[in-house]
Amino acid sequence: MSNQPVLQIENLRVSFRVHDAYYAAVDGVSLNVHKNEVLAVVGESGCGKSALALSIMGLHPPAKTKLEGKILFHGTDLLSLSVHELNKIRGKDIGMIFQDPLTALNPLMTVGRQIEEGMDFHLSLSSLEKRGRTIELLERVGIPNPNQVYHRYPHELSGGMRQRIVIAMAIACHPSLIIADEPTTALDVTIQSQIMDLLRELQQQMNTGIVLITHDLGVVAEMADRVAVMYAGEIVEMADVYTLFDRPLHPYTRSLLQSIPSAQHPKERLHVIQGIVPPLQKLPRTGCRFRSRIGWIDESEHEEQPILREVEPGHFVRCICYKNFHFPHDHIGDMKYGIS
Amino acid sequence: MEFLKVNHLKVYYPIRSGFFRRVVGHVKAVDDISFQLNRGETYGLVGESGCGKTTTGRTLIGLIKATAGEILLEGKDLAKLNRRERSYHRKDIQMIFQDPYSSLNPKKRVLDIIAEPIRNFEKLSPQEEKRKVQYLIERVGLHPDSIYKYPHEFSGGQRQRIGIARALTLHPKLIIADEPVSALDVSVQAQVLNFMKDIQTEFQLTYLFISHDLGIIRHMCDRIGIMYRGQFVEEGASQEIFNNPQHIYTKRLISAIPNVDPRKKQEQIKLRQHVEKEYKLSWQRYFNAEGKAYPLKRISDTHSVAIL
Repeated sequence: MSNQPVLQIENLRVSFRVHDAYYAAVDGVSLNVHKNEVLAVVGESGCGKSALALSIMGLHPPAKTKLEGKILFHGTDLLSLSVHELNKIRGKDIGMIFQDPLTALNPLMTVGRQIEEGMDFHLSLSSLEKRGRTIELLERVGIPNPNQVYHRYPHELSGGMRQRIVIAMAIACHPSLIIADEPTTALDVTIQSQIMDLLRELQQQMNTGIVLITHDLGVVAEMADRVAVMYAGEIVEMADVYTLFDRPLHPYTRSLLQSIPSAQHPKERLHVIQGIVPPLQKLPRTGCRFRSRIGWIDESEHEEQPILREVEPGHFVRCICYKNFHFPHDHIGDMKYGIS
Repeated sequence: MEFLKVNHLKVYYPIRSGFFRRVVGHVKAVDDISFQLNRGETYGLVGESGCGKTTTGRTLIGLIKATAGEILLEGKDLAKLNRRERSYHRKDIQMIFQDPYSSLNPKKRVLDIIAEPIRNFEKLSPQEEKRKVQYLIERVGLHPDSIYKYPHEFSGGQRQRIGIARALTLHPKLIIADEPVSALDVSVQAQVLNFMKDIQTEFQLTYLFISHDLGIIRHMCDRIGIMYRGQFVEEGASQEIFNNPQHIYTKRLISAIPNVDPRKKQEQIKLRQHVEKEYKLSWQRYFNAEGKAYPLKRISDTHSVAIL
């Protein structure tokens, strides 16, 4: 890991306009991604993880979004750039992998043309060079007979193949950062494992930094070096992957780990997190945002203005409510089946 | 007597081609599968997309017509019943759908959604009907007043519970749950799965649980059948299959599940590579020339595998 992070996000706030008022979906997020590192951002839907990913790429509709803070990519603040300047970076130095490969690809263009399109824009290569490079890319992402697939349309390929094409497009111009938004969610489990293996392999070859957005803790455990857990627009816990799974501290992280049915560690009963993720307009803006979902914990256990504190080297937790946190008594039996 | 017995079930779709739309072949969505469900158990159908698990579920409930084979519910062949008998037996099988957003009519109140099956089969006065719906909606953990609301006023987990309440109205014996939690977040998923386990004992339900998520399958099911291209490749007690998978396809599926323990990462990757190698080398042992699985062979009382 080199010292200079590829991506530095400082106090980012992403607010969306709803009926003439702005509501922050990402609220004061700071994080770093280094070269050759996979940072996973985990959370349930509505926690702001996708809003975070899209803001790095500048893909939010500008008329309805307010972005505050800094997103430093190799030291340049992406938020201060014009669209024209941003276009020179995204797709070239920052690659993006989307969740659904079918909607991410143009149905009217052959696979080869689509991969070359990015090169047309960012690199000046002759058509022969482009073609050679595309074939090489297709080979690299594990597509059999790339010369034929080059002329295929997306609908002629299977889901796994399409996701490989999307990955080939993302790495076409040797990016130093890849944003992967739920890259395996739409895929079958055997295909998912192949895509994860491929991403890991490519990342090691190219020393890329990856921001992996996912809700699947299994994928996190297999892919990530570091993990940021998000709840209601804030990072509630951040640590390296071993620490996070060995000693999860924040009640939200612990609840999430208790609620997944696992094929390797069967549980008798799953933990249910009470209540729901509050909608954007009703998000609590003061105090510990998770407190309404752990109602059995006394109010005095929370901080008034919780901050993300480093509790041990590299392990950050928000609010002090983790110190005396316990699961409700009728769930005590669950604990012994837990993995934590 | 078995509660539900499926014998040699086949569902073929004709492929038509040419000027006269002549049948030139068949898509064999479900190709000769047999299994049985015991009363009160949860049977899981597992497989990747396109393996025929949903088609099997939909055929059992009568949404798709079987091409051949028998479906015996408590000894009666559902395909051979006349119309009146069939409508009577239809009450015994209900379904929980995958997507709680598209499976509830947005223009109907919760009362009308849940009461619809009652109105089809029972004659109740509006008061009785309302009382019954309120009882059910309370059972699934929603406020009784919510029967006058519309589906859009509920969250995903609540909607799925409305779907479950609707399935429970006629006291079914068998519930077919087709990916009931795949559209839900993990915390809501836990809530629905726990709830399904609770009502199973209370209402003495038998579940046919269809899912591609092996973690959920292991959590929920007593016995499972692994499907591949419309056929079973392995079938038996869930624990035995997870601990001692025999068919290469099952091994592949199980090794592909990401392990929630990051320390097992390398181990898991190695296992996966090992299984992948075995898969390439020993293809003939597990599949015939057409790429189809062999018939199931019993290897213990509670475990069958499709090998030569």
